[in-house]
Amino acid sequence: MDIKYYIALSLTLFSIGIVGVLTRRNAIVVFMCVELMLNAVNLLLVAFSNMHAASTAAKALPTFASDAQIFVFFIMIVAAAEVSVGLSIIVMLYRNTHSIDVNFLNRLKN
Amino acid sequence: MGIILTISFILLSLMAVGSAIMMITSKSPVNSILWLIVVFFAISGHYILLNAQFLAIVNIIVYAGAIMVLFLFVVMLMNLNAESEPAKNRRMLFIAVISGGSLLLVLLSAFMTMKNTHPVMMAGGNAGLIKTLGKVLFTDYVLPFEISSVLFLSAMVGAVVIGKKE
Repeated sequence: MDIKYYIALSLTLFSIGIVGVLTRRNAIVVFMCVELMLNAVNLLLVAFSNMHAASTAAKALPTFASDAQIFVFFIMIVAAAEVSVGLSIIVMLYRNTHSIDVNFLNRLKN
Repeated sequence: MGIILTISFILLSLMAVGSAIMMITSKSPVNSILWLIVVFFAISGHYILLNAQFLAIVNIIVYAGAIMVLFLFVVMLMNLNAESEPAKNRRMLFIAVISGGSLLLVLLSAFMTMKNTHPVMMAGGNAGLIKTLGKVLFTDYVLPFEISSVLFLSAMVGAVVIGKKE
């Protein structure tokens, strides 16, 4: 499988995420679209790491191709931390405005 | 062997893209979350095809398991459904779809005409095995690994501080 099909798949998922962020006004769905974009990037990183694993530089150093997958692992860690804080912000938005329309996010400032 | 991998790639890609489109078009937030779980399972299937077994399992446990349950929990807590969905602006929707589609078109046309591409090694190599990744994680990347635990602690404290009633 050539790398450009993986690039095409990741770009499609990323663009779907962008369209979702732009069209939806439900804060939770917007947040989920951000997660989808993160996952598209993760998929591309793993594909590139496996493209790299076939090269001669990777064969000389056995852990050379694993770095991208460690990077994806850390992206997942940061995403988990980000989701917990973001969802608590959305809960606070709902508690203050009884709606999760992103247009009401400006009411959180005082 | 190659034809099976190609067919699985096409099936998983169609599953991921179709579920993603269903996710952004479905009215109810609960349906969106369930479709996003399908997308995550498809991406985990891609990881297995790429022989990144550790990331496939972590993706299912962390994303499809923990994060999506958290989303579902919040949606259930707020008692959201299709009726509480904010009204959409038709013109904004049109503009957003056009701009997102043009971005996709430009990027795709740039990358699909690439001259020197390389094949991705599928179902081979040991870069994604738990043994290899564990060795790298606990020797070269042990400091970021420890710092991420502090990050989790601060995220936990932050979520409690933001979420508590004044």
